Amino acid sequence: MFKNNYLNRFVVSRQSNGIKGLFFIFFLFLLIPSVGCSKEAVPVAEDPVIEKRMLALTMDLRCLVCQNESIADSRADFSNDIRREIREQIKANKTDQEIVQFLVDRYGDFVLYNPPMKPTTILLWFGPVILFIIGLGSLIVYLRRRRVQIQDVSLSQVQLERAEALLNENKKGKNV
Amino acid sequence: MMRYLIPLVAFIVLAAFLLVGLTLNPRQVPSPLIDKPAPIFQLNHLHEPDRLMASNDNLGKVWLLNVWASWCVACRDEHPLLVQLADSGIVPIYGLNYKDERNTALQWLKRYGDPYTISIVDTDGRVGIDYGVYGVPETYVIDKKGIIRHKQIGPVTVDALQKTIIPLIIELQKQV
Repeated sequence: MFKNNYLNRFVVSRQSNGIKGLFFIFFLFLLIPSVGCSKEAVPVAEDPVIEKRMLALTMDLRCLVCQNESIADSRADFSNDIRREIREQIKANKTDQEIVQFLVDRYGDFVLYNPPMKPTTILLWFGPVILFIIGLGSLIVYLRRRRVQIQDVSLSQVQLERAEALLNENKKGKNV
Repeated sequence: MMRYLIPLVAFIVLAAFLLVGLTLNPRQVPSPLIDKPAPIFQLNHLHEPDRLMASNDNLGKVWLLNVWASWCVACRDEHPLLVQLADSGIVPIYGLNYKDERNTALQWLKRYGDPYTISIVDTDGRVGIDYGVYGVPETYVIDKKGIIRHKQIGPVTVDALQKTIIPLIIELQKQV
């Protein structure tokens, strides 16, 4: 009995010592002066004019890694590299056209969100117009046919009277 | 009859387009560089950084340029195949270590085997942009005249080797 009790106390005290120790270490950590490690914000680009041109260009370019994002929006490594490349080419006084051509030569028309008109892209350019014309045509045909159908259904005098009688009957029924 | 037939036909056509679309891989962006001269580069060796390799050194032979990195998981998948291919002696493989750290790259080669005749280093990915690299691994088949004949996007597979790459290499090696 005694032994057990002693052992318990021993264990408890060891535990509380441990917790105290932890608190002690914790407070020690608080004593460490929090050194400011932050730097001044680095400007996104040295030259805002270049940056603006680069952004305008990359807005219409597709990131090949994340295909539904433009290079301007994408944070992929690939887009970072292309942005860097474009900045450098702008600095080297290349025109926008030259830069876009540079990328098309390497990655194909696929980098362009605004694809050029070519035999392979004719369907892409005119497909929607063709579909619209087909849709409009079939709507016109459908409406014309319907007008003919509507004209066919005209009631004779007798039928009209009967319809009126039926309607009146209905009204009376409701009143009762 | 026509009334039901037209929507049915339209539906079937649409379904057929969508079905074909499902089997296409949007990641496989056809490279505009196929059948064009491989971009010229001059890069440092990975193993001996003070030595340079120029792409023109390989004129007169068919060679593979494999773009890889130690951080690229898919590269590990294709690596045993490349080692086998190199051992077979069919074609020399040159490794373009893309945006990697030298030490990790060397360790990686030690661990998984080194299939490359020469490994060259493209630390900032500039040569990668010239070659239209947008993901690793990518493998180019370059012929004796220094023209890119094929681009394997993604890891080299047994299927791609047997059906496309090796027959193409043998064909190209016959040319003068």
